[in-house]
This record gives sequence, C-alpha cells and structure tokens, in this order.
Amino acid sequence: MQTNPSTAVGAGTTFHVAQANYYYGSFLAVSNVNLDIPERKITAFIGPSGCGKSTVLRCFNRLNDLIPGAHVEGTIQYRGVDLYDKSVDATELRRRIGMVFQKPNPFPKSIYENIAFGARINGYKGDMDELVERSLRKAALWEEVKDKLKESGLSISGGQQQRLCIARAIAIEPEVLLMDEPCSALDPISTLRVEDLMHELKEQFTIVIVTHNMQQASRVSDMTAFYNAQATEKGGKQGYLVEYAPTQTIFNNPAQQATQDYVSGRFG
Amino acid sequence: MTTSQLPDSPQNSGLWQPNRQLSKSMELLAKIVFGAFGLVSIATTIGIVLTLIFETFLFFQEVPIWNFLTDTQWTPLFTNSQYGIIVLISATFLTSFIALIVAMPMGILAAVCLSEYAPSGLRKWLKPALEILAGVPTVVFGYFALFFVSPILETFVPGLRPFNGLSAGIVLGIAILPTIASLSEDAIYAVPQSLRQGSYALGATKRETVTNVVLPAALSGIVASFILGIARAVGETMIVTIAAGQNPRLTLDPRVPIQTMTSFIVQVAKGDAPTGSIEFITIFAVGMTLFLITLVLNAFSFWFVGRFREKYE
Repeated sequence: MQTNPSTAVGAGTTFHVAQANYYYGSFLAVSNVNLDIPERKITAFIGPSGCGKSTVLRCFNRLNDLIPGAHVEGTIQYRGVDLYDKSVDATELRRRIGMVFQKPNPFPKSIYENIAFGARINGYKGDMDELVERSLRKAALWEEVKDKLKESGLSISGGQQQRLCIARAIAIEPEVLLMDEPCSALDPISTLRVEDLMHELKEQFTIVIVTHNMQQASRVSDMTAFYNAQATEKGGKQGYLVEYAPTQTIFNNPAQQATQDYVSGRFG
Repeated sequence: MTTSQLPDSPQNSGLWQPNRQLSKSMELLAKIVFGAFGLVSIATTIGIVLTLIFETFLFFQEVPIWNFLTDTQWTPLFTNSQYGIIVLISATFLTSFIALIVAMPMGILAAVCLSEYAPSGLRKWLKPALEILAGVPTVVFGYFALFFVSPILETFVPGLRPFNGLSAGIVLGIAILPTIASLSEDAIYAVPQSLRQGSYALGATKRETVTNVVLPAALSGIVASFILGIARAVGETMIVTIAAGQNPRLTLDPRVPIQTMTSFIVQVAKGDAPTGSIEFITIFAVGMTLFLITLVLNAFSFWFVGRFREKYE
C-alpha cells in the first residue's frame, strides 16, 4: 500500500468517506455516508441499533470482507488510498488499523502470548519481552498482570480482558484504533479506565469508537457522527448518516431535528 | 396440599378451578415412566459389568493372574495352555496405533476443511456424506481390507502376508475417521466467531488464524475426538477379525497375521467351547481387559475435556 500525498484529502485526514453505500448482497444496509475522520482525534459513531455504525467501522479495516456477499460502493480512502482497491492487501491493512471488539475476546492463550501473537505473525524482530511490557503498560494493565503473564488471558476480569485486547491491538503499532462498543460489556469503573486510556492513546493513534452510550461519546470524542435507521418495506433496517460535526455541536446545537431528539434522549 | 393452605383469593369468582390433584399425579407418573426408561440403560451396564466380574473371577480361580499378565504365549485352546494377555493386547495396540496414524491427520484436516474452508453450501452436503462413512457396516470394511487394501500393499511392502495388521489398521483408521472428523469439526465450529475476528483484525491470514487461534481453542474437543476414536478402534471387531488373521503372536510387525482381543472373543464364541469350560470363561477375562482399557480411555477423555475446555461466555 503506497501513500501518495498528492491525492490525500487535506492534511490530517485519516479516513475520507464519500458517497459510500454498503450492501449485503442486494440489500442496501447503510447508505450515503460522507465523512472525514481527523488524525489523532477521537471520532464517535452514535445511533440506535441497526443504524450501520458498526458496519461502517468494519469497513475501515475491511473486516466485512469476511461476510459473504457484502460489498461497498463509493469512496473509502485511508490517507488518500482507496481501501477497496484490488492492490490493497487486507492483512497488511489490518496490521495498520487495529480493532477492539464489543465483547473482550482474548485468545485462549497466556496473557503474554495474547500480545506476542500479533507481533509474531507480522514478523516483529525486536525484543518480545520488551514489547509485551510496553504494550501492557500503555494499556494500563502491566501492574495488574506482570506477575501472571503465563496465565490464561481468560483468567482475568472482564475489564482487564478488554484492556488486554487493547494492549494486543496496540502491540503491533497500528496507526488507527477502531473500537466497536468497547465498554458495553464492562462495569462503570472498568469503563472509566478504558476511557482514560483512550485519552492517552489519542496522542498516538487516530481512534474511531462506536458507542451506544451518548454520555461516553460526549466525554471522550472530538467529533461525533450520528447515524439513524429507517425500517424498510421488507422489515429490515436501513442505516444512514444523519449528521457529522464536532461533538460540542452535535450535543449542544445540532443541525438536524433527529439528532436533537436522539441526543436529548427522546428516542433510541 | 394438606398441611397448609393459601388464604382464599378475594377475587375468586368461581371461574378458576384447576385440578391440582390431577396435575400432581400426572407429574408423578411422568417421573416414574421417564425414570424407568432411564434405568434400563443403567441396569444393562451394571448387569454387563457384574457378569464380566463374576466370570473373570472364575477364570482367575483357574489361571493365576500372574500368568495372565506375564506369559508371552496365548494358547488357551491347546492342551498345554498359556494365557499371556499381552499377546492379544499387543495386536490390539498395533492395529489401533496404525488406525490412529491414519485417522488423526485425515480427521483433523477434514474437520478444518469442513468448518473453515468449505463454503456453507458445500459443508451442508459434505458433513452428512462423511457421516455416511460411519454407517458402512464394519464387515464390509473388513473384506475391503482383505481383498482390496492388502493386495495393493503387497505390491510394494516386502514380506506382507495376506492377513496382516497393516491393512486391518489402515482400514480401521478409515472406519474411525468419521468419528474423529465429525467430533473435531463440532469442536472447531464451536470456537466463537469473535476469536477469529480478533485474529484477522491483527493482520493474521486464514491459515495463521486456523493454526494459532482456532485449533488451540478447539484442542480439548479435538483430543476428546481422538480418544473416542481410539476407544472405537480398540473395541472394533469385524475388521480385525477378517483382515488381521487369527494367529496370536507377540509382535509389533505389521506385516504378519495377528490376533486382537476382539478377534479372539469372536473365535471362541463361534467355536464349540462348552459353557463354563475354561476356554469359554477366557473370553470374559479378555472382555474384562478390553472393558477396562476403554473405560480408562473414556475416563481420561472426560477428565481432559473438563480440565482443558475453554469457557466462553
């Protein structure tokens, strides 16, 4: 994947999405997405269930490729390069764009191996012990697990598992961190820890977070995209982007009535 | 309810008059009927075990257990009889070992292919097809080994006899393949999708995901399938009786005729050993040995799965 600065859409834009439609087979699942995701900022995707926020997130690392029949129309660029161009290697892309999932999904391996796995498959030649420690420190987990690195990644608490998954994602030194409702399975204290962590991580990474929790979006994000869903005739749901603006604007002075209704808790 | 009564409902209009007594009797009846059917299988097992223990006890009245364990000849049907069970165990071990060498790699590769690589439409057809293999009568497998596999092997294995452990073991492996492939496939399929996605999201390829994440996560189920496969191979009768020969000899040479525990039992059972004779009760001692081996295997499998199963929410 080559970065060609001349085609880049404005300096400091990580993802440029224009006129993007997302299909499952012939079903249009998410329509008409236009947004520019700024570098080293936290961008939040909010909206009711079925609005397509996770789907758009999963386009950014092409995890949707794994779903048979799914495809994208329109433009999704990563630093000026078309993500869905045939020359782009999805595995190389995913090394650069890390992801944290809704439910903590540590591998059934030791804590150490959970971190080392990604590094190994990506041909990391440095000091593995050092990388494991550094990643765990960055994820604010080192102090809690340093004496049990050989124990299973499944043996720690849910909040710790999620930070392990964050450590695993940042261990391969990605440029972007995608977070798909990373706190929805966590208790409030663990949630706060992860949010604090995000503030630290944005020094280094562009973060895109999907969240159901509007308070979380207003607490952590710089930009917010509000998606909504409309019912289709066949009973499915079709998502679309309603509004994308700085978080302050979305929560205090949105341009759309639907956004106003959603952030003030009138539906969703 | 005879001892205590709920107070009368103030809203009781007389429209609600459930027959609690009838419901209770039906509950009890259901319990008894289901319990009785459940007991049949337990009672059968207990009956078999008791028979085995009783006849084996009689056997050891005649033959010292020391001879049973240390003799290196198995000649119970001769006048100068010797009872070295090791002879039969070695044959069972040899055929089962060959079977496992055949079935383990094939089973696991078939399982990975089915669950990870085959499109779901193909999987829907392939899996039942594999399970049909399990429905082939073992007597067919036995003659397949004797008249098809053995002659082919003879062309390039020097010194191979028409009856031999090798062809019996290979075909035995094919016979237990569905067990291993199907159970392994279940275990692999049960690995949560979220683990695979986590691996892909780190830039892993499909092969890296399968070998580093999916297979380790399914390990306990895969090992359990191996052990059940071994247990089947050890207890399998027709294939080895037909294709491995009837010559009890202490050897690990796969080219010569041997006699497994199961084929010895067949040999005596189809002969004319009178009930109660020493020849006759010998088969119970052999049966007991066989039972203990499979019991240990199953117990180990049970323990292993419980010990190493990853618990996902």
